[in-house]
Amino acid sequence: MRRSVVPVLSVVGFLLVMWYAAAVWLNAPWAYDKATRSGEVLTTSTLVADTWSQEKPKLPAPHQVGKEIWKTTVEKKITSKRSLIYHSWVTLSATLLGFVMGTGLGILLAVGIVYNRTMDMSVMPWVIASQTIPILAIAPMIIVVLNAVGISGLLPKAMISMYLSFFPVVVGMVKGLRSPDQMQLDQMRTWFASKSQTFWKLRLPASMPYLFTSLKIGMAASLVGAIVGELPTGAVAGLGARLLAGSYYGQTIQIWSALLMAAALAASLVGIIGIIQRVTLKRMGMA
Amino acid sequence: MTEKQSVISARNLDLTFQTNDGPVHALKDVNLEIKDGDFVSFIGPSGCGKTTFLRVMADLEQPTGGTVTVNGVSPEEARRQRAYGYVFQAAGLYPWRTIGGNIRLPLEIMGVPKSEQAERVNRVLELVELAGFEKKFPWQLSGGMQQRASIARALSFDADILLMDEPFGALDEIVRDHLNEQLLHLWERTGKTIAFVTHSIPEAVYLSTKIVVMSPRPGRITDVIDSPLPKDRPLDIRDTPEFLEVAHRVREGLRAGHQDD
Repeated sequence: MRRSVVPVLSVVGFLLVMWYAAAVWLNAPWAYDKATRSGEVLTTSTLVADTWSQEKPKLPAPHQVGKEIWKTTVEKKITSKRSLIYHSWVTLSATLLGFVMGTGLGILLAVGIVYNRTMDMSVMPWVIASQTIPILAIAPMIIVVLNAVGISGLLPKAMISMYLSFFPVVVGMVKGLRSPDQMQLDQMRTWFASKSQTFWKLRLPASMPYLFTSLKIGMAASLVGAIVGELPTGAVAGLGARLLAGSYYGQTIQIWSALLMAAALAASLVGIIGIIQRVTLKRMGMA
Repeated sequence: MTEKQSVISARNLDLTFQTNDGPVHALKDVNLEIKDGDFVSFIGPSGCGKTTFLRVMADLEQPTGGTVTVNGVSPEEARRQRAYGYVFQAAGLYPWRTIGGNIRLPLEIMGVPKSEQAERVNRVLELVELAGFEKKFPWQLSGGMQQRASIARALSFDADILLMDEPFGALDEIVRDHLNEQLLHLWERTGKTIAFVTHSIPEAVYLSTKIVVMSPRPGRITDVIDSPLPKDRPLDIRDTPEFLEVAHRVREGLRAGHQDD
């Protein structure tokens, strides 16, 4: 753990330097524009200062985004419509619900595929086909259709999350449930074990490392799904709504702060699964 | 003393695998009688059907002709009654279970009460000299110890028959000698009937009361040797003339099988 601190900090430092440099480069034309109109002459230092403090920059500088995040998380009440924590929670709740539904669906399909030959032949192609459809194309339809039958709010967004997150779980669990070799299955046979005993005592524990890897990918996909689900509907709350509103009004700082928030959210969610994975596998003697 | 009872009996056994390259005669016209308390080794080059024969006894393969009975019933019925313990080439312990947990596994499957499970685990760990390793995970044990644990697992539910498929094939010579010695002790203490597949002549001669020599294409029995060696066998019995004579006969049998090609 300690050893990874230095490399991680160096990478972060490097990215910050690149970011500041890019901000100067991208925001300079506007700074020059303003200067020509007011007849000022820009020195290097005033140019840099201007590019790092514009109100609607093409690329906001890191400290501007940081200040915005501070303002909208710490200084706003959580119940406020302008609190980023409130918006994050809206997205997070859809993400988690969709993740749970997607994981459940994924595991069920995987068990079906492993135990039923017909499902093995028929379901997998559909599962793969489902992921070739761009989610941006299908998300508005899901929301419109569900709205038409009176389902709105959390569930439609969670459905889109589920749509994205069940796939890695199916693929990983099918591989995991099939990971016991012929000898281990023969061994179960010599003990006259039932199908369900073979499942609970052999196939399921053997699939755990595969499941956790899938869950990590599924969780990240689930968050993307929830944000995409907020985009096409003119949703008023959620990180996706913040992104959309920001782009309507050219509030780049707001967009970037929502983006960073989403990234932090994804990182913590995946990190939590990583911790559960480590604890579980350690207790199982597999790590 | 009365005549010992027949435990495994094969009559005109045939097994043909249908493969893409045509039929493969894994076993052809195999006849064999294994008596209660026997230690029978099956030896032969690869492809002679020795493992297949063992798998037929365990109901893991279905013969295409002839009959086998185990304890007087069909292999399937014997499997249902959990009449045999099977030891595979690899230990195949579950990495997520401790040694104790692995040995408990068949007991859990067979519905043995919890209190009895612990007692049985202790007993078989003692038998394979692994007492005190119950809480260790498989990766903490050497290959030889893992294989001993897998033998303990096969013994845990007290089947009278032990089917062993090259259990020591992957181990080095020294560990193998030691395990062979232990296995003989174990056989003596428990009085089980053991069918043991190997491709090592000294191992077969050292362990067995009966040596079955097999040859390939089609897999068949070419010689059955009743060992004249005494039941009590220290490791250095392998240097005695009697031992070498039996080994010689086994070698002759293997060579005769090859000349048919």
